[in-house]
Amino acid sequence: MARSCPVPYLGPHMAIIVLKRLAQGLLIVWLTTTLTFFLIHAAPGEPFSGFLDDPRATAEMRDAYRTRYGLDRPVLVQYGRFLASVAAGNLGESFFYRRPVAAVLADTVPRTLLLMGTALVLGFTAGILLGTLQGSRAGGWFDRLSGGVAVLVASLPDFWLAMLVLLFFAGVWPVQGFSDPTLGSTAPFATRALSVVRHLVLPAGTLALLITATVSRYQRAALIDVLPNAWMRTARAKGVARRGLMFRHALRNALLPAITLGGLAIPALLGGAVFIEVTFAWPGMGSLAVQAVGDRDYPLVLAIVLLSSAFVIVGAVAADLAHAAADPRQRHA
Amino acid sequence: MPNAAPGSLVAFADAPPAPLAPWAPGRLAGLFRRDPPAAVAAITLAVIALAALLAPWLTPYDPTQPLDMAARAQPPSAAHWLGTDLASRDLLSRLLFGARVSLGISVVAVAVATIVGTAWGAVAGYAGGWVDRVLMHVVDAGLAIPRILLLLGIVALWGTLSTTSLVLLLGLTGWFGASRLVRAEVRATRERDFAIAARASGASPSRVLVRHVLPHAMTPMLVAATLGVGQVVIVEAGLAFLGYGVAPPAASWGGLIGDGRDALGTAWWISVFPGIALSATILAINVLGDRLRAALGAHQLHAP
Repeated sequence: MARSCPVPYLGPHMAIIVLKRLAQGLLIVWLTTTLTFFLIHAAPGEPFSGFLDDPRATAEMRDAYRTRYGLDRPVLVQYGRFLASVAAGNLGESFFYRRPVAAVLADTVPRTLLLMGTALVLGFTAGILLGTLQGSRAGGWFDRLSGGVAVLVASLPDFWLAMLVLLFFAGVWPVQGFSDPTLGSTAPFATRALSVVRHLVLPAGTLALLITATVSRYQRAALIDVLPNAWMRTARAKGVARRGLMFRHALRNALLPAITLGGLAIPALLGGAVFIEVTFAWPGMGSLAVQAVGDRDYPLVLAIVLLSSAFVIVGAVAADLAHAAADPRQRHA
Repeated sequence: MPNAAPGSLVAFADAPPAPLAPWAPGRLAGLFRRDPPAAVAAITLAVIALAALLAPWLTPYDPTQPLDMAARAQPPSAAHWLGTDLASRDLLSRLLFGARVSLGISVVAVAVATIVGTAWGAVAGYAGGWVDRVLMHVVDAGLAIPRILLLLGIVALWGTLSTTSLVLLLGLTGWFGASRLVRAEVRATRERDFAIAARASGASPSRVLVRHVLPHAMTPMLVAATLGVGQVVIVEAGLAFLGYGVAPPAASWGGLIGDGRDALGTAWWISVFPGIALSATILAINVLGDRLRAALGAHQLHAP
């Protein structure tokens, strides 16, 4: 079990599996984007309804807009153009921002990644620790108390937990936005970074709390499954210290469900991020998505769906890889 | 998920016949002693369901009628136990009628999702081969879109939806997980002796599937549907929270929470009471679903 190499060699077999999964993933991303494209175009109304419905807009102005964005063409032609431009790496221009979609996403996606990344790291670390603590003394008072709290927190809808956090911590940490708007770009980098971190505390903490609650339940169950195994008894009999026993022998096997959960949690996390971002006015992809569907910003909506499903695929493949890293048996499966 | 199949089937076959009807008083008392959390959860759900059913007779006020625009957002008092909202409507009445919206929509949506998911997964699992691959690719695609984004897109683009379309929408975006579960069960069951025997004696594929294979998928489906109701309650609440729920002045719990969002600092009760009702319901559903899963002996992860 114990190996000295920290980064396991996964072998050519894994590379083939990963490539295959990524190819399947590409197919899935195409399917979801296509589905969204036709859904959007089947919806009543059209983009710029705010502008086009304005009685002051002349017929020529409307036609000019439709021609400019190709909206006067048949849907299939629009779809073909969309596919061609995405294949060429061009996501189009946002109707609302009048900027390339890629530029809008380049502003917002890193903020969502920062939020989700922080929450994932915090949540998984705390969840695995908590679950291990609970599982190693299952049935004790700590297990029962913290387990009850975890089930409670895991049952709270994300937006409701966010509102509770707002209610109780509004005076302690910043609750709105990404950084202090009064800080100009001339402020020193450290000051601006600190402001971002302060604004990150509540949204990331809320998301991390939800992750901790879920992960700890899985981790506890997995550890309880592992502990009674014969090889655990053998390891104890040959004199492995309790700590080594826990970390090297039990935890390593018990980590597999948490890893799977991590990869598969991406859709739920993206959904959760929507509510957390909206509630805390965090200007990331979730807030952008809500705004984009409200504005009927077709290219932006499509790009967000494309990117989200790509994240989901990458998460699943990463979980496979991490699985293989933790469990040598799967490398040759 | 797929490795849950054999365990649950074995346990299902080995389980002793239920000695008493679930509503027998002796059995309920026994449940209380054996498993207090499950008993509390069951009673909570029963009370909430009753309150939803009896809402018109329990509420002294019209939930949609502003009472006194001069006295809006009154804190809880003897006349208004949970206070009034920003449009001076009685919050308790709105909460009780909101339970009808939240629970009604979710239960019907889960029924839709279960039917579609069962059909889809059963066909995929029983047919196998390329049919299975194509059908499961669609499921993978469905699972790869964050559900809330998909729903948000559709709801926002279509404008205000009728309650029926909202239910259909929630159901038709929620069957992907169920279809995987059924597919796994069907694949595990279709080659068992009784299914082979049925085929050998000349039963048509659809008869073998419906009469011999699918009944074995009922148990895990029941658990999944129970937990699914909790999920749909959350999803619907989330949509309503963002302003895309049922048409006003009716409101689900999520809509009520959203109503009080901007007044959280001054009139906390508008959001907090619906929030508590929502959390209690979901917690109760999760606890019950979890116990149901354990009782039915599924060897799956003990999810919260």
